[in-house]
Amino acid sequence: MAHPAHAEHVHHDHHPAGIGRWLFSTNHKDIGTMYLVLAMIGGIVGGLLSMGMRAELMEPGMQVFGNPEVFNVFVTAHGLIMVFFMVMPATMGGFGNWMVPLMIGAPDMAFPRLNNISFWLVAAAFCLLVTSMFMPGPPGTNGVGGGWTIYAPLSTRGTPGPAMDFAILALHLAGASSILGAINFITTIFNMRAPGMTLHKMPLFVWSVLVTAFLLLLSLPVLAGAITMLLTDRNFGTAFFDSAHGGDPLLWQHLFWFFGHPEVYILIIPGFGMVSQIVSTFSKKPIFGYLGMAYAMVAIGVIGFVVWAHHMYAAGISVNTQAYFVFATMVIAVPTGVKIFSWIATMWGGSLSFRAPMLWALGFIFLFTIGGVTGVVLSNAGVDRSFHDTYYVVAHFHYVLSLGAVFSLFGAWYYWFPKMYGYMYSEAIAKLHFWLMFIGANLTFFPQHFLGLAGMPRRYADYPDVYAGWNYISSIGSYLSFAGFIAFLFGIFYAFARKQHAAANPWGAGATTLEWTVPSPAPFHTFETLPRIK
Amino acid sequence: MAICKKMKTALAAAASFALCGGAQAKEGVGMAEPWQLGFQTAVTPIMEQINSFHTYVTIIITLIALFVLALLIYVMVRYNERANPQPSRATHNTALEIAWTVIPVLILVAIAIPSFRLLFAQYDFPKADLHITATGSQWYWSYEYPDHGITFDSIMVPEADLKEGQPRLLTVDREVVVPVGKNVIVGLKSNDVIHDWAVPAFGVKLDAVPGRLQSTWFRAEREGIYYGQCSELCGRNHAFMPIAVRVVSEEEFNDWLAKTKAASAKDDPRHLAAAQE
Repeated sequence: MAHPAHAEHVHHDHHPAGIGRWLFSTNHKDIGTMYLVLAMIGGIVGGLLSMGMRAELMEPGMQVFGNPEVFNVFVTAHGLIMVFFMVMPATMGGFGNWMVPLMIGAPDMAFPRLNNISFWLVAAAFCLLVTSMFMPGPPGTNGVGGGWTIYAPLSTRGTPGPAMDFAILALHLAGASSILGAINFITTIFNMRAPGMTLHKMPLFVWSVLVTAFLLLLSLPVLAGAITMLLTDRNFGTAFFDSAHGGDPLLWQHLFWFFGHPEVYILIIPGFGMVSQIVSTFSKKPIFGYLGMAYAMVAIGVIGFVVWAHHMYAAGISVNTQAYFVFATMVIAVPTGVKIFSWIATMWGGSLSFRAPMLWALGFIFLFTIGGVTGVVLSNAGVDRSFHDTYYVVAHFHYVLSLGAVFSLFGAWYYWFPKMYGYMYSEAIAKLHFWLMFIGANLTFFPQHFLGLAGMPRRYADYPDVYAGWNYISSIGSYLSFAGFIAFLFGIFYAFARKQHAAANPWGAGATTLEWTVPSPAPFHTFETLPRIK
Repeated sequence: MAICKKMKTALAAAASFALCGGAQAKEGVGMAEPWQLGFQTAVTPIMEQINSFHTYVTIIITLIALFVLALLIYVMVRYNERANPQPSRATHNTALEIAWTVIPVLILVAIAIPSFRLLFAQYDFPKADLHITATGSQWYWSYEYPDHGITFDSIMVPEADLKEGQPRLLTVDREVVVPVGKNVIVGLKSNDVIHDWAVPAFGVKLDAVPGRLQSTWFRAEREGIYYGQCSELCGRNHAFMPIAVRVVSEEEFNDWLAKTKAASAKDDPRHLAAAQE
């Protein structure tokens, strides 16, 4: 070969600096950090969009938005950004990249350059999506206002402008990024575990990333196919979803939700893994029922692929089809219950310390339970007849995602922050952040159950005056949550300004996974000599 | 302060509603009330069944959520590091793990049985007394009474034109009129994008999908006016295409039919245009 052996050696010690370190990065830690920064930008944009929505909905009548379609654009962009450019980059791209190699004792990801392109694809996708908000969409308005589900024919004939094409291309890039990322994770986890670390000894967070990677790998190609069909319907005269020429709008819904339901598990399953690590660490006890916990995630992932049409009970699918989806959906409650009870059993007999990450994990367990049991209500097609497309559904999925996935992300942030950046966060600010968000988010979303019961449809820019009361409370709650988010950003600034150095293991005896054996912050290269697991 | 003021207004509204409630006892209330916590009052047998099933499931899930909360509070108090400095190492308890798998299954079976009964009842179409067709367009509904040759559009009344007592965003210029206690089959069609015809007090909600004719049914058992709103995102004025169904006695219905048939062809230019097409 052209390169002598010592060049190989030099390359190992190579520590790139300046802009090149980030632009061309192949280092899982740097890429993880870039993903986390992207997720924070996504969170700020998506959060500001939701503030706009809650400001409009605070009182009946149109106050903030002159044009209700602009409100729809906010709804759509909020959903797409929070799913694709906040939660997914944070869970898989951010914490997955940072922690999977550290937790399995691998020097890096299996395909470092693939990792780089994964990140830059999602960054480009985010730019495309934000651009789409400013391109002509439906007649007379800019942006995509069809909701994150972009149902045909509203997304075909209903949105003639290029905004929809921009959004479709954004999803294509984000999807390609996630597929490449998933391949990278699966290869890394299967092939690069340290000697002695069998699959059944892997930390649960790694299990959760593995399950999620499979969900991504199997569901995103379906989305890619579906949005390609949407693109050709829009631009090249095909008629997959056009009933006037022999297509069927329901085909879109089946394809979308065949991706969309696994997608919501893609959002939450890494959260399960993070919560498991945190609960075990701060209870100073190993996970209770480890195998049950790991295979519950596998089960949730598998069943997640056969329940999609419970999003379509009102679409006009046959009653027997609905009955099947009721049954299949209910089954998911069983492995989910196993997880909830195993977390509690992990704490049972433990020695709990209520540091900030633990508060988020405890908040997660209770609020995810609430979102879970309302999910059981919604699984019943008969009663979903009343709830479909009402605020009850909005409340349900924000309990599992906004108070579930997002709480796990904040927990993971405070848990791994000392390891990633070498400084301790301020416990006081972290707790202030928690309480503002806990109270704020509950105040935002719990009253939405009542609105849904009373019949208020979702994705409405204006509502009948009778719904004013709970909407007012809900908006107040959302402002409180946003104040919490500002506390979070301030906490980051404060931690970096204060520079209180963190020990390699700041959490004590409960933190038993490999990432706590390397110094804080984790050095640029770790595990050049592989650790051995007993 | 603002919130207190709002609460007071709401309470006053609720009180005045309770006072007039007696006078209107016969007329059903077809919309929500301020600060409402539950479903709108059911006026069809299906909605009553939905309501009681929902109450049943809500009791179960509330107990489960409280049980989880109680366990969490217990472990937080009993096993915090001050109370329990020495953690145990227990990681398995087969009996417990079987219990928390099997008991949820039993609870789900207890939910599923009445759930399937409700679902199949909703699709148990009775013999029709009246057929109507609702067609969604951006952004209004059109109705057709195919057996009586009546068609008309139903468009939201803008805020400026509302009369005393007409609710904002729910009032339409021409309501659907149906007889009380009769089985009405509603066919649903769409002219452009997907819309959804929903009336909460009836327990009815079904998408109007382009290229498909789908149907649902209801039997309203109380006279009154019942409101619903489009329930599938359909573009700019999605929030402004309400549904209003007036349930009347059979005699009133027949009067309405006769009057509407006579007026239909000559009064409404829209229908002249439609007839000429």
